[in-house]
Amino acid sequence: MQGTAQLILERARELMQSGQIQRVLGWEKGEFEHDPTPAFFESEEELQNFCYNDYCGANLSKYLIAASKLEGKTLVCIKPCDSYSLNQLITEHRVNREKVFVLAVPCPGMLDPVKTEGKDLSQGERKDYLLDKCLCCKGAEHKIADETIEGPSLDLAPEDRFAQVRELEALSPQERFDFWRGELSRCIRCNACRNVCPACSCVKCVFDNPNSGVSSKASADDFEENMFHIIRAFHVAGRCTDCGECSRVCPQRIPLHLLNRKFIADIDELYGEYQAGEEAEQRSPLVNYQTTDKEPSDALKGRG
Amino acid sequence: MKKIAENRLPELYQALSAERKLYLPLEEGGVVGYGLYSPEKKTALTAPSTVKSPKELFFPQVEGVVNFQMQGKNIDILPIEMPKEDFVVMGVRACDVRSFDVLDRVFLSDPVDGYYAARREHGTIVSLACDQPQNSCFCEAFGIDAAAPAGDVRCFIREGVLYWQALTDKGQALTDSLFGLLEEAGPAGQEQQEAFTAETKEKLQALPYHGLDLSAFTPDRLGELFHDPKWKKLSQACLGCGSCTFVCPTCQCYDVRDFDTGHGIQRYRCWDSCMYSDFTMMAHGTPRPTQLEKFRQRFMHKLVYFPSNNEGMYSCVGCGRCVRKCPIHMHIVKVIKALGGKKDE
Repeated sequence: MQGTAQLILERARELMQSGQIQRVLGWEKGEFEHDPTPAFFESEEELQNFCYNDYCGANLSKYLIAASKLEGKTLVCIKPCDSYSLNQLITEHRVNREKVFVLAVPCPGMLDPVKTEGKDLSQGERKDYLLDKCLCCKGAEHKIADETIEGPSLDLAPEDRFAQVRELEALSPQERFDFWRGELSRCIRCNACRNVCPACSCVKCVFDNPNSGVSSKASADDFEENMFHIIRAFHVAGRCTDCGECSRVCPQRIPLHLLNRKFIADIDELYGEYQAGEEAEQRSPLVNYQTTDKEPSDALKGRG
Repeated sequence: MKKIAENRLPELYQALSAERKLYLPLEEGGVVGYGLYSPEKKTALTAPSTVKSPKELFFPQVEGVVNFQMQGKNIDILPIEMPKEDFVVMGVRACDVRSFDVLDRVFLSDPVDGYYAARREHGTIVSLACDQPQNSCFCEAFGIDAAAPAGDVRCFIREGVLYWQALTDKGQALTDSLFGLLEEAGPAGQEQQEAFTAETKEKLQALPYHGLDLSAFTPDRLGELFHDPKWKKLSQACLGCGSCTFVCPTCQCYDVRDFDTGHGIQRYRCWDSCMYSDFTMMAHGTPRPTQLEKFRQRFMHKLVYFPSNNEGMYSCVGCGRCVRKCPIHMHIVKVIKALGGKKDE
């Protein structure tokens, strides 16, 4: 990883010196290996704190919404899975492509500081310490890039990302309801899932609008509160790239990504396979009506 | 001092929960949190930490204040009863016990918060000395002794035995109610406590945040700290989520809201977060328009404003929850170090 970080840094410095970019969006060294923070670097001096290591799991693409409004170009370090999110943000005109220099960086799979705490990493396989989202890696290919840094990628056959969805589908409605009520009962309404989500890019979220009748904080009624996640999943349906950030940041380890994957599985089934963010400017089947589309009644057939 | 074998803890839980509610760390869905004990629950008394602190047992995340019932042109005001059930919280670590001193300053000073005061009155705290401080812990910086927590009863576990010592009248009353279950620890208890304290001290000294220096955070430096240009860098990647505030044992801000049930109103209060966009929103807007001001508020409150108003008591207890849970790893220790704390050994 140090080699990769060095290559990124060298290229970033060159581009900064030549004036092609005004700043770099990457990760800043923490106090330890496991705690780097996303950061903007405005000068070569600041870049001394740049790092790219095994714990750079954070998806930087959403920060580009803010960076798009700044003077000049921002170089952003984009891992393969992040590239889907960036494409989606460009499609939705939330990120201005002209203001971004996409440096595609290789990813060997990122580690989960919770899984590695107090462990000797030389024992066991890398797989045991990976972030959950990396276990269903979409592959080493970047879907958007201005330049690519070569380096090692994750050497692991991805798990079937729909396996758990099928398990949930096989439950009775009551069992499924109980499952989600149980999981969502742990929610503390910190909104980390929403705030980190690249698909949650509304300028003002409905839950942050005091006049909307729904609250961004804990509600008087816990069922209303659980609905927050259902509403959010509906809102990002067709736009969620399955980047897995929602579940990564959840302090209560609620498997929120499963809600999104259920929608992805349904979209695949009804409209044919579709991957949000596969390319910029593509239209999601949910906002692209075709006369051959299935009728809503077809969609409901055989569903419990 | 009393004692009971660790393998007989279920009997102790049964006895404690027979007369009153018992809350203690439980494991559910792969995470540990304080919950209501019942025999089928998976207890996790010795888990190093809980996601949320026991704060919520005295200051719940959501709590009804008053209800309004509408019928035609009539509005009935339906008050909500004050909490009046006795309960015990077991397993509270030294950092979290200290957090109640912080919360007491806020809620028990004039005007007294009746809901909080009622729960404090009815709650008995059984603390548990810490024998596995985490890499993210720094209670020592606030003068907290992890091996000797306060509380109504103090416990520690060593070599398969839980030692129990009442510290207050309330704690003594609870101890008396367990007649027959606890044995006298005798002089061996004192020896075990000394050994435990020595072991914990050693572990604390080996922690990465050992020696964290707070001397830069004094009331006279308020202006200087407030205007420090480093806040911009520190806050730039903050997601504006409320993870740090909601896992924090001392964050105490709340909001009062109305929930329209369709035929009435439930007025409730819920935890608020200075990281949220509508925090302290007023008719003219918010006094903290960007994340920089919101972020700064959280740390200035804990490290400067609160001590200024409370004889130097910081409103952080070094539990390390925000260190562990911040999605971008930007937390109070990084802030302390960046703004003048100790940078290197």
